[in-house]
Amino acid sequence: MSKRIEAKNVDIYYSKFKAVEDVNMTIEPRAVTAFIGPSGCGKTTFLRTLNRMHEVIPGAYVDGEITLDGENLYGNGVDPVNVRRKVGMVFQRPNPFPTMSIKENVLAGLRLNNKNASRTEQDEIAEKALRGANLWEEVKNRLDLPGSGLSGGQQQRLCIARAIAMAPEVLLMDEPCSALDPISTLAIEDLIQELKSKYTIVIVTHNMQQAARVSDTTAFFNIAGTGQPGKLIEMDTTEKIFSTPSVQATEDYITGRFG
Amino acid sequence: MSTATLTPKRSSAPDSSSLTAGQLPGWTTWVVGLASLAVGFLAAWLLTSSFSIGLGVALAAVVFLVAMHIASLTVEGGRRAADRLAKHIVIGMFLLALLPLISVTVTAVGNGISRLDPGFFGNSMRNVVGAGGGAAHAIWGTLIITGIAMLISVPIGLLTAVYLAEYGQGKPLARSITFFVDVMTGIPSIVAGLFAYALFGVLFGIGTVNGFAGAVALSVLMIPVVVRSTEELLRIVPNELREASYALGVPKWKTIMRIVIPTAISGIVAGVILALARIIGETAPLMIAAGFTQSLNTNPGSGAMMTLPVFVYDQYARPGIPREPYWDRAWAGALTLILIVMLLNLVGRLIAKRFAPKTGR
Repeated sequence: MSKRIEAKNVDIYYSKFKAVEDVNMTIEPRAVTAFIGPSGCGKTTFLRTLNRMHEVIPGAYVDGEITLDGENLYGNGVDPVNVRRKVGMVFQRPNPFPTMSIKENVLAGLRLNNKNASRTEQDEIAEKALRGANLWEEVKNRLDLPGSGLSGGQQQRLCIARAIAMAPEVLLMDEPCSALDPISTLAIEDLIQELKSKYTIVIVTHNMQQAARVSDTTAFFNIAGTGQPGKLIEMDTTEKIFSTPSVQATEDYITGRFG
Repeated sequence: MSTATLTPKRSSAPDSSSLTAGQLPGWTTWVVGLASLAVGFLAAWLLTSSFSIGLGVALAAVVFLVAMHIASLTVEGGRRAADRLAKHIVIGMFLLALLPLISVTVTAVGNGISRLDPGFFGNSMRNVVGAGGGAAHAIWGTLIITGIAMLISVPIGLLTAVYLAEYGQGKPLARSITFFVDVMTGIPSIVAGLFAYALFGVLFGIGTVNGFAGAVALSVLMIPVVVRSTEELLRIVPNELREASYALGVPKWKTIMRIVIPTAISGIVAGVILALARIIGETAPLMIAAGFTQSLNTNPGSGAMMTLPVFVYDQYARPGIPREPYWDRAWAGALTLILIVMLLNLVGRLIAKRFAPKTGR
């Protein structure tokens, strides 16, 4: 249940402003792909086009073709809701639903989408997702307490559990560790390593060590200047990007010469 | 583990060091306060040669402000003196604002309690001249008319607010709705009454006066309040929650129903209760649209219907002879109205607490 994503000639707009220009890339299944680059270069914007979250912003639209195992996400008549059920997402800041308990948060996707499941099935799904997110041992005795009572790192893992409870084919992570301390970050990086055996994972990060640690492939985005669109500069195995990148700008960025 | 709260242990006596120097002792406020009261009342007595509580307290307050400021300025210096002055003025203003509220409550309870008996709730004014009788017809009328007004206003107001906050976003239609809602908030209530009277006149014949017409008039006043408060509350629901829901593949309408509204529900309920409290005391529109009657009428579809505010007005403005029983009933009606509003607030708080987002560990 893990799928390959291909982007062809993708331009991304906020109303009239072109934010990202001409991206072509292939994201391999059962692997971790990291997007790195300076702020404002369009990493997050591009990530959000992969599950059609970009168009939630008024006036935003996408030009080009993104396919999930050959199926065009932006084809005529494609319902974004169906796309999002296949492509899960974890956000920069943990955002559990404040009105729900821990268990209800994990099952939110199922319940809100009217997937009928018996009580025991629901319990199983919740436990599996929480184990998958490495959170089960910490919360198994307080599943009915509010999710907002957990620590920041636990809340983020709760959000990961919520995303994987839907059994998506792809998991997008938008700087999932930027609001977390090193211990929680480590827990989530370990989790990413485990999850990649089942899912296609795409992660945006500002932390280059993190990209080097967790990813198999790295894509470097850059921006020519303010008001210019961001571009994909190069994409290769993480090893190659961090040792012998083929573009000078990539080397400058990863060695800390700018950005 | 015990649930007693732990507070850091501190000796009550202040440490003496250079950091604690130049402070007025804690009892200064009380001593100056009592002295100011004495001075204030004495001055009031000398000025008017009679004992006057109002003037005495007012003078005492001025004396207290000046005396405390001078004392603080000499002992503690400018920064703390300014701090104390600001604090005393803030407390004084608060008490001043509380004064009419307390006065109204005391007066209403004092005058109304004597007729707050079972007969008052059990009888209407049908065939009653002089003492006796009650406000059963008016209480039922108020409950029925306000209830219908709520049934009309809450769905319309809530859905309008959902449109404005979730779908409108800068569209011309949304902007014009916002504009007209703001205009509606400001229309005088008598206009709402005339509107309902005219509407029912056109629909069911000139001179139609009934409970529904009253409820429609009140809805005209209630809807804008519900729209504005609900819209504000929906807007402060973090966008992250909507995005989290969309990212799970939840459709927009369900996100609104199951995530956005539940997150804001406690505030929405509080807003509705406030709007109810605002319209339940309306008199003018009900006089026109719902009319007067002395008998119990529980059918909002036909005939005039009495309400508490109109009852109070009627008893007070058109008493028989002797006047006292009428005026007693007027006060009892006012007190009942206050009690109903208090009850509504209480229920609103309970509902709000029940649905509020849970934050505990």
